Amino acid sequence: MPEQPYGLIATFETTADLYRAAERVRIAGYRDWDCITPFPVHGLDKAMGQKRSIVPRFSLTGGITGFCTGMSLIWYTDAYDYRLTVGGKPFFSPLFAFPVSYELTILFTAFATIGGMFFLNGLSKLYHPVLKYENIRRGLDDLFFVVIEAADKRYDPAGTRAFLQEIGGKDIQELEA
Amino acid sequence: MSSSDHALADSAPAILREVSPAVLPRPALVENNRSFSWISDKICGIVEGKTPVWWWWCFAVACFIASFTVAGLIYLVSTGIGVWGHRNPVNWGWPIVNFVFWIGIGHAGTLISAILCLLRQKWRTSINRAAEAMTIFAVVCAGIFPVFHVGRVWYAWFLFPLPNSNYIWQNFRSPLEWDVFAVSTYGTVSVLFWYVGMIPDLATLRDRFAAAGRNMRARIYGFFAMGWRGSARAWSNYEMAYLILAGISTPLVLSVHTIVSFDFAVSLIPGWHTTIFPPYFVAGAIFSGFGMVLTLMLPLRAVYKLEDLITQYHIDCMCKITLATGSMVGYAYAMEFFIAWYGANPYEGFTFINRAFGPYAWAYWIMVSCNVITPQLFWFKSVRRNTTLVWVLSLFVNLGMWFERFVIICTSLTRDFLPSSWGYLSPTVVDIFTFFGTFGVFSVLFLLFIRFLPLMAAAELKAVTPQADPHAGDHHG
Repeated sequence: MPEQPYGLIATFETTADLYRAAERVRIAGYRDWDCITPFPVHGLDKAMGQKRSIVPRFSLTGGITGFCTGMSLIWYTDAYDYRLTVGGKPFFSPLFAFPVSYELTILFTAFATIGGMFFLNGLSKLYHPVLKYENIRRGLDDLFFVVIEAADKRYDPAGTRAFLQEIGGKDIQELEA
Repeated sequence: MSSSDHALADSAPAILREVSPAVLPRPALVENNRSFSWISDKICGIVEGKTPVWWWWCFAVACFIASFTVAGLIYLVSTGIGVWGHRNPVNWGWPIVNFVFWIGIGHAGTLISAILCLLRQKWRTSINRAAEAMTIFAVVCAGIFPVFHVGRVWYAWFLFPLPNSNYIWQNFRSPLEWDVFAVSTYGTVSVLFWYVGMIPDLATLRDRFAAAGRNMRARIYGFFAMGWRGSARAWSNYEMAYLILAGISTPLVLSVHTIVSFDFAVSLIPGWHTTIFPPYFVAGAIFSGFGMVLTLMLPLRAVYKLEDLITQYHIDCMCKITLATGSMVGYAYAMEFFIAWYGANPYEGFTFINRAFGPYAWAYWIMVSCNVITPQLFWFKSVRRNTTLVWVLSLFVNLGMWFERFVIICTSLTRDFLPSSWGYLSPTVVDIFTFFGTFGVFSVLFLLFIRFLPLMAAAELKAVTPQADPHAGDHHG
């Protein structure tokens, strides 16, 4: 029994073609599909109907954690665990604890943002079916692709192929799963 | 870019069509209308090609210079901190000058990658990668000095709040401890930002090496590219993450040099105890950093023939930022003098007279001529268009900014409140060699970077070409 393919891939040569095609795919009602571009194409996320990225939620969580870590670290070390009088200054004050907490806010936000981005993008993932396509490397060079997955409810091998052709896709190929 | 790209859209108000106002052409960020694949070939070609002979020569010289730092540090650790020129009243001189100098250089890299990103200055794309690399390597060089300055370097880990057998914790009331966190956060976040920016280009290199049959290289680049494949859904998260990183790096870069200036400003030493220090240090840091960016990028542009990617427009922009920040630094020098007089504090007043006319007057006037006069030449277009002259002027900026830190630290410490303890700091040979060697350390790292990593952000450069715009010049909003 032939295995179910991963989906269909179509090539586009310019950003304007890709942009129009992406709008058409969205309007046609596909859900499991993607574009492959060498750089972020301006406005393509809207054309594809993508929601705003939720990376900022990770960042906020990281930032709050960082700030609290800084404040509690300084309180614990200087005002609780081992009190040491230095220059007659108070054991704890949010004022002198602020610079370090501020830096830790930024440090934790950075890790959370990057970690969140990797998590949402499913990286690191060293294998993906589209990487088998022999021309895929030009997707990181100078060409643009639209991939429609077989998992999509509207996918049908002949119909989707015809649709991709109609919206201007060239060199339409089936991707192995 | 031709003016037809800016032709008025049909939706423009009738009056605009009637008077047809002159359109200021936007300068092209990639000249000669280069294609996407040209950009990939140009940038990846540097990594893929054979190692040029000049590279080996530069690398050998850089290693030789770096050996001065290594030798200086080995001698220091094996003999003792006395081999440095520290003595009363300057117990904190030469290494801290070098530390502040190198940290300051790093700041332009973050300014270019973060602040200019938030301000949507698209010209940053061709220089941000190299400038970020410069930041990281400058932080490496900066870190050497405070770490060894603690005296017993094997106890340097006491700087971090790790439990130790003395049961004593760090003193978080001291700006020096704040500095530990500021600099280590700065180094870490700079590396992360640099790496995230590089992922798409590493993926391009992975694919190109795989296509060329160089599997070992393809695997190594592939490992670091983490399976990036240019998916538009991934780009959306990626762009958001990049924007947030830029957003948090902006307060970071401002805070780092602010905290470095607190090392001085929080003390009671005349000439240090001023509120102008944080903004003045930040402006100086960006000024020196742009000096270093120009020093590095102009030779690279010539060697790798990158004139289409680093255009005259880019050089103009960098010169203008140098001019702006240089003028701020000049203003701060003048304001320090004014406040010393206006504040009517005799110690403060004496410190500034002593700065300009005391035993370190020679250093003060080198600083003023390099930092105040040199950048003013960038007002002239003819100067900005002469790349050799710009390069020479950038060297003066670097020199002047080193002297600025030297003047701030030495003039105040050698003339403190008690005249019987006045002195004069002379660096020893070990001091000078250790500092000289850091230029080698920096160059070794930078040469490795241009040999093995994509020198420019290819994906970002493609995105600022005219053909990347799906609306073909129809700028909405």
